[in-house]
Parts: sequence; structure tokens; C-alpha cells
Amino acid sequence: MIPVGFAYERPSSVDGALALLAEHGEEASVMAGGHSLLPVMKLRLAAPELIIDISKLSELSYVKVDGDEVAIGSGTKHRTVEASEVLAAEAPLLAAVARTVGDPQVRHRGTIGGSLAHADPASDLPAAVLALGGTVVLRSPRGTRSVPITEFYTGVFSSVKEPDELIVEIRVPRTGGAGWAYEKFTRRANDWAVVGVAVVDGRVGLVNMGQTPLRATATEEALAAGASIADAAALADQGTEPPEDLAGTREYRRHLARVLTKRALTTAAGG
Amino acid sequence: MTVKVEITVNGESTSADVEPRLLLAHYLRDQLGLKGTNVGCDTTSCGACTVLLDGESVKSCTVLAVQADQQSVTTMEGLSSDPENLHPVPAAFRAEHGLQCGFCTPGMVMAAVSLLEENPKPTEKQVREGLEGNLCRCTGYHNIVRAVLAASGQDPDKAEGSEPDVVAPGFSTGSGA
Repeated sequence: MIPVGFAYERPSSVDGALALLAEHGEEASVMAGGHSLLPVMKLRLAAPELIIDISKLSELSYVKVDGDEVAIGSGTKHRTVEASEVLAAEAPLLAAVARTVGDPQVRHRGTIGGSLAHADPASDLPAAVLALGGTVVLRSPRGTRSVPITEFYTGVFSSVKEPDELIVEIRVPRTGGAGWAYEKFTRRANDWAVVGVAVVDGRVGLVNMGQTPLRATATEEALAAGASIADAAALADQGTEPPEDLAGTREYRRHLARVLTKRALTTAAGG
Repeated sequence: MTVKVEITVNGESTSADVEPRLLLAHYLRDQLGLKGTNVGCDTTSCGACTVLLDGESVKSCTVLAVQADQQSVTTMEGLSSDPENLHPVPAAFRAEHGLQCGFCTPGMVMAAVSLLEENPKPTEKQVREGLEGNLCRCTGYHNIVRAVLAASGQDPDKAEGSEPDVVAPGFSTGSGA
């Protein structure tokens, strides 16, 4: 399968990428690892006129402790996130979730910023950042702004990111001491999650349970009020409208969300 | 539009003016004539097109040739100096009969080379997980896993996690199997 033809620019800096985005915005797509974008271009579901290739911008690839948070450059590959000693100590959930993305070849190319920007509710990392209470840092020639991940997503494949903005950094609180777990249910190896549940420090992020990654707020509130794990997990699908597809019906996904939440909360509690 | 790319392939400099939409797999096969890299599913699933990009396994059906500009690619053809001096991984695939029809083999071998680079002494479970991105539709996984364990210098019958009931339920090594 061959994508529709497109023009190609490979800026040598983030500023260069932002200048191109400011000029071409709507017609352009940013490509990092290309593992979400290129497949949809090959299927001709997307046909950007210009690809702005940021895959070689090393200034976007880093993991570092910054105050109470860990800052991760948007161009950091899943493999790097997976193997990061900083994340293993400070936000182990994120490293563990990165390890479940695709397969080793995919993780050698795909980036955390690309995954978050693609805004697929079936992706693992957005729900993990959501459970962590993280922040997305966006840059454009107009300036830099930080958007809490709770306010970032607006629907399937859509977010508050403007056409001239680039995700440059993801920030997550340091939660090294908190219990965490990720439960991902797939039909086959390296499939998308039918449902996934990320738990850390009493917060619960849901994969593929609606138009965007979601927090299981009823479960979180029940836990905070002292409910048992079993009782709290029974509320995990409250307020969700999961998709129906060949991988499962809506009711099946609701069931999975409750079961996986119970497992994840139990693991996070050390059980 | 075309873009000039310079890619080191199997240690040799290559260069061409290519359309940005040209996939790395097609650059290797059609521009350079290196047909050892197979295109299977063409959807980042099967791993038949796996090559090394700066030493790391990638699926070349999902990398643009322009994205490999100024980088180094290794394909199956570049692993071994000649058929009598096989690289340890393809040598182990031969010794353990780690192939049936052979279509997935180049991708399996390149994925295994990358896996062993990152984890030189994997357990059987780690081999199976490390080859998660490669499909063998002959379902010949058992000997492929043995080959990778052998290539790592381990005895496939004694490697950690090699108990069939742990990682390969349903597979019997007992008599009469």
C-alpha cells in the first residue's frame, strides 16, 4: 500500500518545525516514529500535503527529573521509556505501560508524544498519563502552554492541540512509592487493548472505554470514601459508553472494565 | 517532488532521489534489489520486513526511506560474510531447523539479532515476547525459539523458562508426541 504523494520537510530544530507548522498548519502532519500516522496514510484514510519529520530531533528525546515531576521529551521512543531507570524509580507505571505497546519493532520507532497526539482512545499511554495526572506541554510560535491531560482530549483522534502546536513534553508527577498496575486485555499478541486499566495511587485510567481515555471517577470516589476494592471496581464502567466492534460488545467491555479494574487495584495494593 | 537520500546499507553507501512516500522496504527491494527483505502484511503486523535501523529492529514497511536518510540499515543479506560463514543467528536457525516455508525467516532473524543485542541471554519466555512482532503462519515457533536460545549460547533444552507447561501449554515433548 502506497500513501498519496506528499511534500516532505525535515527541520533541524523544534523552532524550524514550529515555523513550518505556522505556515502550513492544517495541510501538514507532524511525523515522529510514524507508527500511527504512516499506517493510516497507507490506507489513504489520511493524506496530508506536507509531512514535517521530527524523528531526528534529538532535543525532543529525554527523560529527566524536574522538581516534583518527571519530564519526558515528546520524541522519546517507547523503547527508551520502557527501559528508563528514571521512570522505573519515579513513575514505574509509565515504563510498564510503554512495554505493552505494540511489539519491539514498533517500540523502536513509536514515540510517547506521537501516541498522545494521535488521540486514539484504544492507545495505552494516554490512559496511563491520565491515571498519573500528567500534563501535556504544547509549543507554537505563539508561546508555550501546559494542558492537564484531563483537559487534553476532545474525542476520537481529536484534542485541544491547535494545528500550529507541537507536543514538546509530557510531565508526570513522581509517584515512585505508590502502588500501580496495568491490566491490558487483548485477543492476540500485539493487538490493541479491547480494554485496558491503568491504576496508580488510587487513580484509575481506562483504555478503549469511550471516545477519549477516561478516568473511572466513580471507582476513585468509592475508594477515597473507604469502599473495598471489589465494591469500588464494580463501579468502573459507570458513565462510560464503550465502543462496539468485532473485538467485543459494549456490555462485554463494561464487564472487562470491572474485572480488570479489580485485578489492577488488587495488584496495586500489593495483592 | 523527490528527495535525495543517503543510506548505508549492509556497510555500503547507497544514494537515490526518491519520492518521500517511498517505503524503506521498497527502497531496499526495488531500488537496491535486496529481495531478502520480504513484505508480508504491509500493515506493521507480521514483521516479515524487519531490518535493523542503526542496529535496532524496525518494520521497513512502516518507515519512509527518507526517514532512514543518513542512517545505517542492515538486512538479512548483510548479516553473514558468505554462506559458509553464517552469522550465529541464521546458523542457529539452520541447525535447529527454525523455519518451514521460510517467508518469515529474514524478519525473524533480524528481530532475533536485535533482541539478543538488547538481551544477550534471554529466557525462553523473553524470546517469545521478544518475537511478538513476528508471525510465522506455518506456526513453526517452537524451533524458532530454540534457534534463538541456541544463538545466545544456551542449550535450548535447559534454558530458563523452557518448561512446556509454563510458556508453551499444549506442546508436548514427551514420547509419542
